[in-house]
Amino acid sequence: MPIRTVMKANEAAAWAAKLAKPKVIAAFPITPSTLVPEKISEFVADGELDAEFIKVESEHSAISACVGASAAGVRTFTATASQGLALMHEILFIAAGMRLPIVIAVGNRALSAPINIWNDWQDTISERDTGWLQFYAENNQEALDLILIAFKVAEDERVLLPAMVGFDAFILTHTVEPVEIPDQEVVDEFLGEYEPKHAYLDPARPITQGALGFPAHYMEARYTVWEANENAKKVIDEVFAEFEKKFGRKYQKVEEYRTEDAEVIFVTMGSLAGTVKEYVDHLREQGLKVGVAKLTVYRPFPTEEVRELAKKAKVLALLEKNVTFSVGGALFQDFSRALVNLDERPKIVDFILGLGGRDVTFKDLDEALAIAQRALNGEEFDEVNWIGLRKEIL
Amino acid sequence: MAKEIYSRYPMVKYLRKEALPTALCPGCGGGTVLNAFANAVDQLRIDPKDLVVVSGIGCSAWIASPYFLADTLHTTHGRAIAFATGVKVGLPDKKVVVISGDGDLASIGGNHLIHAARRNIDITVILVNNMIYGMTGGQVAPTTPFGAKTTTSPYRNIEHPLQISETVAAAGASYVARWTTAHVYQLIESIKKALQVKGFSLVEVVSQCPVQFGRRNRMKEPAEMLRWFLKNSVPISKAKKMSPEELEGKFVIGEFVNRERPEFVSELNKLIDEVQEHFGLKGEDDGV
Ligand SMILES: Cc1ncc(C[n+]2csc(CCOP(=O)(O)OP(=O)(O)O)c2C)c(N)n1
Ligand code: SF4
Ligand SMILES: [Mg+2]
Repeated sequence: MPIRTVMKANEAAAWAAKLAKPKVIAAFPITPSTLVPEKISEFVADGELDAEFIKVESEHSAISACVGASAAGVRTFTATASQGLALMHEILFIAAGMRLPIVIAVGNRALSAPINIWNDWQDTISERDTGWLQFYAENNQEALDLILIAFKVAEDERVLLPAMVGFDAFILTHTVEPVEIPDQEVVDEFLGEYEPKHAYLDPARPITQGALGFPAHYMEARYTVWEANENAKKVIDEVFAEFEKKFGRKYQKVEEYRTEDAEVIFVTMGSLAGTVKEYVDHLREQGLKVGVAKLTVYRPFPTEEVRELAKKAKVLALLEKNVTFSVGGALFQDFSRALVNLDERPKIVDFILGLGGRDVTFKDLDEALAIAQRALNGEEFDEVNWIGLRKEIL
Repeated sequence: MAKEIYSRYPMVKYLRKEALPTALCPGCGGGTVLNAFANAVDQLRIDPKDLVVVSGIGCSAWIASPYFLADTLHTTHGRAIAFATGVKVGLPDKKVVVISGDGDLASIGGNHLIHAARRNIDITVILVNNMIYGMTGGQVAPTTPFGAKTTTSPYRNIEHPLQISETVAAAGASYVARWTTAHVYQLIESIKKALQVKGFSLVEVVSQCPVQFGRRNRMKEPAEMLRWFLKNSVPISKAKKMSPEELEGKFVIGEFVNRERPEFVSELNKLIDEVQEHFGLKGEDDGV
């Protein structure tokens, strides 16, 4: 029987790791993720999880140890955030290039400078070109589920890529919510054993991993990572379907809420989706035709689903907690690229908000809506808008 | 009320009053280190304008930034010494001081510590060794004593701690000393020497984190931790006559080295002079 209880997203992530039974976990503490390795170290110390837990001396070492373990052929897991993920950057490319299905839980947090421990998505967004799959959780249950899903997708032979699952700093990492812990047997059935054919340690069949790729081969190696990302789109759908069958919870790459007949669709990720759903309920009561779409999967970018979504709306209002300077948010770039060659497409308005833990309130969303409505009415509007700026201190 | 207390503290002139009270927990050793540093600066009559204080990330990194009233550079976790190296080469006339934690300087940033000592660059490092990652909630560090309990070694630590002072002395520093927060006067004297030595200097301060370390190791009162330090401190001269087994769990205190060695920035400038001379490039404004 699944257990219904209450816990923080960090605990949910630790539980997911326990259920997935990785053989090696290497981690280094960082706010707001620290509770994940702490909880796992308890599971290991209490004999509830049969794994090696390595207390390394930095995130660079943590992910390197995971690469080593995964290259030796075992399931591995780690957790980090912000500066920690940034410090892993070099090795993230290596994990993807070596096709190692490592899973990282990330408590999405802003990057320095200035030093800030609170939520935005700049850490994971900045790693979008590493080849890793990226999932974003709206709540603590999703954090748990998506980690299990991430393992299953990552280890699929058509994919074999590492994956990160993001959940918002403090808003989720430190907030207690109801969570259902699935049955171990069902998880075992769902995930199975990880038995790699491409990366293993077997002196009887020696192989070299991560070696030099000359110009004659390097591009092809990169292309296989491209292809694996493309393959992941289908695999993710299959795994979502199997997950629903086994656990009863439905996931979609792009989850829509009240988008039927919507003129303006807000698009967002993570816990902000919860806020915006409530906001949309409130606007619907006033008779406004608005909806929300939430990206559960950000890499591979769900191009096909985004194109379908685009058919439904006159304006897509992107709400994002990240910046790519002189462009807008990363979603703005991704959405523009997905829609650029379509004959008919909605207007796209980009909103940067909630950086470094600033709360996103209905008042902020009103500000965004007003601009989206200008776009809807064919009036002039700014493509990129910073919402909730305290102009008086600039 | 608070203001009144500050006005009675003679070192307050070195602190950013608007940032007080500090964010450190009551009884944290960080306050003692701040006090010792301010006293050393005061006794040497160093103008804070001639100081650049660099820190990494952690509770101990907060000692100087924002509280010490000088130019402070608050950097990333582990890299303070690398940043400070740049500052010193760029501003060789400034006294460059790094104040940060054991995790910051000896774990994630351990390589910079060893190489700065090897290079013998004229930087003073005050390393606050509370034997734990305090700021993130008390996880085991490479400096945690064997057998100690932490959040990531809930039963006991099975690894042995890095001997920071011994390692840095071996790596080539000009000056290395270790004291505890229970040895305040010796600590001030060592910080003064470290600030005057030309070359890399390290003052390791074994410090109490009652909240994250003490609480889990039956010393939740700061005073209990100070008593633990006093009871287990062994002067270097005596330690030399003891076996490794006898020294297990002891804090060896005193000056490990105090020696003259060629210093990096001077050597660098010497080289530049030589090369300029060789190529006949020595002009009127050739100062580096
Ligand atoms: C790259 C990176 N990894 C991890 C962290 C999280 N972190 C902040 S402080 C700290 C440990 C601090 O320990 P120490 O340097 O001993 O300072 P203390 O708090 O004990 O004084 C860690 C791991 C970070 N800020 N950046
Ligand atoms: S947690 Fe420990 S090191 Fe940090 S301020 Fe509190 S007592 Fe000091
Ligand atoms: Mg410490």
